[in-house]
Amino acid sequence: MDRERIKMRVVKDRGFEVMVILLSLFSMVPLVLILFYILRNGFSAISWEFLTELPRPVGEEGGGIANAIVGSFLLVFVASLPAIPIGITAGVYLSENQKGKLPYLLRLAVEVLQGTPSIVIGIIAYLWLVIAMGGFSAVSGGIALGIMMLPVIVRTTEETLRLIPDTLKEASLALGVPYYRTIVKVVIPAGLSGITTGILISVARIAGETAPLLFTAFGNPFMNVNIIKPVNALPLLIYNYATSPYPEWHRIAWGASCILVGLVLLLNLVARIIVGRWKVQF
Amino acid sequence: MESTVLRAVDLSAYFGDNCVVRNVNLAIYENIVTTIMGPSGCGKTTLVRCFNRMHELVPDTKVEGKVFLREEDIYAINPMVIRRRIGMVFQRPNPFPTMTIYNNVIAGFKLNGLNLSRTQSEMIVEESLRKAALWDEVKDHLRRKGTFLSGGQQQRLCIARALSMNPDILLLDEPTSALDPQATAHIEKLMTELKSGVTVVLVTHNIAQAARVSDFTAFMYLGELVEFGRTEQLHTAPKDRRTEEFLTGKFG
Repeated sequence: MDRERIKMRVVKDRGFEVMVILLSLFSMVPLVLILFYILRNGFSAISWEFLTELPRPVGEEGGGIANAIVGSFLLVFVASLPAIPIGITAGVYLSENQKGKLPYLLRLAVEVLQGTPSIVIGIIAYLWLVIAMGGFSAVSGGIALGIMMLPVIVRTTEETLRLIPDTLKEASLALGVPYYRTIVKVVIPAGLSGITTGILISVARIAGETAPLLFTAFGNPFMNVNIIKPVNALPLLIYNYATSPYPEWHRIAWGASCILVGLVLLLNLVARIIVGRWKVQF
Repeated sequence: MESTVLRAVDLSAYFGDNCVVRNVNLAIYENIVTTIMGPSGCGKTTLVRCFNRMHELVPDTKVEGKVFLREEDIYAINPMVIRRRIGMVFQRPNPFPTMTIYNNVIAGFKLNGLNLSRTQSEMIVEESLRKAALWDEVKDHLRRKGTFLSGGQQQRLCIARALSMNPDILLLDEPTSALDPQATAHIEKLMTELKSGVTVVLVTHNIAQAARVSDFTAFMYLGELVEFGRTEQLHTAPKDRRTEEFLTGKFG
């Protein structure tokens, strides 16, 4: 009788294992499908010309998306400029001060900010920056994206630095090193891989954001590198071209999607490599 | 009679309202090894952390009384200055993981922004590593990360790092508690060699270790300094009943 029971248990155990593996594999299906469709429709659109030329008017064959690629990089740059230093500083502060009123408020604010819909951030940027500056611009789009980067950077910085043993900080302080130098020269370098990964992940997150750019960066059919003028971006271009009635533009939208997904994948890969390579052993 | 380098006067230390060191009066003599011995939780680590003002770094702590380093009240001097003059080595080896062996040794200068010429820094590195009896083992790998070394070597690297600042006193807080017997023996031998150049204060709960390496021993129990005297005398003919009970293994 006991043997029968054990047999049943083994069968149940196996069944459960198979189910878990199947369901896990199922979570990969959407990504595989997305990649498959984008590659199938978009890969043929990509050429040297596609990457280096400007869009052509409706009806003309060819043309490229150089303005959107440059615009996306410009927006990421403008977004990173305030978001990285502020995010790292806030993350350091939170990891150093776990208790207290201000850390509590800060943590709450970061969580709420992370949950704020991107379209709302776009509207706020529109009200505060676009109206104040009298027009759409790369700066307003960059700031909207920067606000979206902040919570990711703050949290990854805090989590990374929390894992660094206190004994390391004590080693530095016991040598008579002032607190701020200990943070800058010992704690942050020890957590550099985690912090860098956080930055890359946050860039990957904003690279595909469309909503905050609709009323800030706005889009621009021409090449522009002036940060107080409207600028195009890959997700904006995809949005505009995919909703147009022209098959040629649809093809370009697929191509642009392909490049955008490729960039995001690349960022994630680089982040993974950094985590592995720069690993600090305590 | 030995000359006094460090003197604690009515020293008490608190974590919140909890008094972990009570009214300690203690003199540390120059160029010898003084052991502070006692069972876990007796306040011995906290006591030495008051000597280089590390205790106050923990939130919600308090120090009462005075500590003098050669007649100077250390609580009237900037703690950064004190910590450069009183070096410390911790329970677990803690070399800086991002730095090479070479940079670990001169970390005290680098992190403090004190510039050294190349020849100066090379001299300090070699001298400190020789003093810590690590030079021969690492002289060919100075550019490797300090964390590649074994535990015992890492601890000697930390000793070299503390010695590089040329401190008056070296505080060793249970430096061998995370090491194997062989590495422990190595470090104990090192301590007796070091005392000609620097005053050593060793914290340990290991009675045998205290007997092996120290000239003077202080026995602490429940935050109080129970007995202080020459190691030989304290180990063979303790005056206090509690010391005798600890030495004979009745508690601790």
